[in-house]
Amino acid sequence: MDDLAERPKPAEAAWFRTEQDGDTFHMTVGGRWVISEARRLDPLMKTIDPNGHTRIVVDCGPLEQLDTVGAWLLLRTARVLRHRGVQVQPVNVREEYRALVHTIDHDCTAPPVELPPPHTFADRLERIGRAQVRALRQAYELVGFFGLIASETVATILNPRRLRVAALFRQIEITGVNALPIVGLLSFLIGVVVAYQGADQLRQFGVEVFTVNLLAVGVLRELGGLMAAIIVAGRSGSAFTAQLGTMKVNEELDAIQTSGLNLIEVLVLPRLLGLMITLPLLTFYSNIMGLLGGMVMCYFDLSITIPAFLSQLREAIVGWTFWLGLIKAPIFAFIIGLVGCYQGLHVERNAASVGALTTRAVVESIFLVITADAIFSILFSVLGV
Amino acid sequence: MSGIASNVPAIRVRGLVTRIGGRLIHDHVDLDVWPGEILGVVGGSGAGKSVLLREIVGLQQPTEGSIEVLGQDIAKLTDDELVRLQTRWGVLFQDGALFSDQTVAQNVQVPLREHTDLPQHLMCEITSVKLSMVGLPPEAAMDYPSQLSGGMRKRAGLARALALDPEVLFLDEPTAGLDPIAAAQFDELVRELQKSLRLTVFMVTHDIDTLRATTDRIAVLVDRKVKVGTIASLTHDTNPWIHEYFTGARGHAALAS
Repeated sequence: MDDLAERPKPAEAAWFRTEQDGDTFHMTVGGRWVISEARRLDPLMKTIDPNGHTRIVVDCGPLEQLDTVGAWLLLRTARVLRHRGVQVQPVNVREEYRALVHTIDHDCTAPPVELPPPHTFADRLERIGRAQVRALRQAYELVGFFGLIASETVATILNPRRLRVAALFRQIEITGVNALPIVGLLSFLIGVVVAYQGADQLRQFGVEVFTVNLLAVGVLRELGGLMAAIIVAGRSGSAFTAQLGTMKVNEELDAIQTSGLNLIEVLVLPRLLGLMITLPLLTFYSNIMGLLGGMVMCYFDLSITIPAFLSQLREAIVGWTFWLGLIKAPIFAFIIGLVGCYQGLHVERNAASVGALTTRAVVESIFLVITADAIFSILFSVLGV
Repeated sequence: MSGIASNVPAIRVRGLVTRIGGRLIHDHVDLDVWPGEILGVVGGSGAGKSVLLREIVGLQQPTEGSIEVLGQDIAKLTDDELVRLQTRWGVLFQDGALFSDQTVAQNVQVPLREHTDLPQHLMCEITSVKLSMVGLPPEAAMDYPSQLSGGMRKRAGLARALALDPEVLFLDEPTAGLDPIAAAQFDELVRELQKSLRLTVFMVTHDIDTLRATTDRIAVLVDRKVKVGTIASLTHDTNPWIHEYFTGARGHAALAS
């Protein structure tokens, strides 16, 4: 007798044994043939060798429990043996297992499934290539979308009744008014940081009063507008993509189009124009809060009184300094709105797509905003303002 | 099956009260589902069918009452006990709820990977068996969910729900959105799998053809209560909604066929 169960087993564990009797090979299976026993049984079942016998009788009488995995292990072995020309004859199969055995024996003849191969170096190269092509195609389409928006905007200007005033004001509230706390707080903190760092450096030369000039130029020309734009890109640009994307998944965009409404006019223009109105206002507010933060810092760190700060500030803000920051705001707003809406309209009808494109919208709009800011800097320096 | 004597219900709901946003959905509902039966749950839109299913599988807390699945009170389980119980049931959500970034084969292997120590080659064999059992062609294994039709997504979801050989199977509107032929095939599939795997099936559905083809008993959620019976007994029910449901034009056609 050949007992093939490896370790001492609890009463209910799966077991099987084989014995030779004349020209038949006997196999008895018993216990619980279930998924939790499969790891142990799998290699054992592969060692079964009928020793040249052409007939094997499998006694399933002591079988206490059988699930799909257990049945599969038995039937897989039977299949292999039959393939080798051995006749397999199960006996004493309980009635309750018949249906399962029949199902697996007759319906489940497909080879094991394959998993997607792990990524190779060539796959990575291919991914990089595809990403390049996609980026270029998207840049091309974005230009097309820009043209579409431009023509719709002109059409709206020629026929102002097409403008959705209620939607526009709602967007102004959502993207502007609701953003006031976060924009204010962050700009205030940036003002504090710039004043603190500036004061530290300028004190070494004994000209710490110029901290105010540094603050004025830094916040008004660059930081105020950039902070507002980046926060709005993260807050509203992402929201545009997510809203339009969810509407697309929900077939709302299709409903709008089939109802004879203009998608751009109903959804995109109010968002875009709303943002172009609010971002300059937010930039102004951000500037004020930044200067306020710097003023507080100057008062405590450098003992510059508020009247002294204000008079120094008035001297520092020369020429275009104040306006240069604000001029950029509508352009930034246009970039953020354009990218946000474009990505939203290109969402595919699955849950992962909304998330992926929302991320892409934020990253792209911040990238484009900073690129545009750099171009502005060069432009202003060439113009000498 | 070991562990369940046939006089203990597989699912036992007692005094269930559900209130959502001040609205009373279930008012002291009692329900038993016996091992090895297919129970259909019907009711009008908003009658709380899906809510009941979600409460039984522990996705939502009832306001009052107790729910036992396979003899264990859902509300009193520790996290570990709940996980162990979760491996003994399978849930098929309406649209399959397949993980969209994984192939069908990988989807089916998720529970196997998490809850068993099977070697990879055996997992691939088992996955193939399960996919064949739910009637998916072998080539579908490498597909991503977005490449499948609605009916195939449901079958793949069913294969995943059955991955660990559960004792109880929950189906949420299994035939919704399928064409009549696919729906009939799915009904037959559920019936066959119930037989070969000796499943207890809790099935929320709208489809009166499915009810007729698959269920042993039917629970009707109506007026915040539940009424249980067979199609024959419910057809003669005095409640106007139930009467209309089984004897209205659609119900009549389905029952006559």
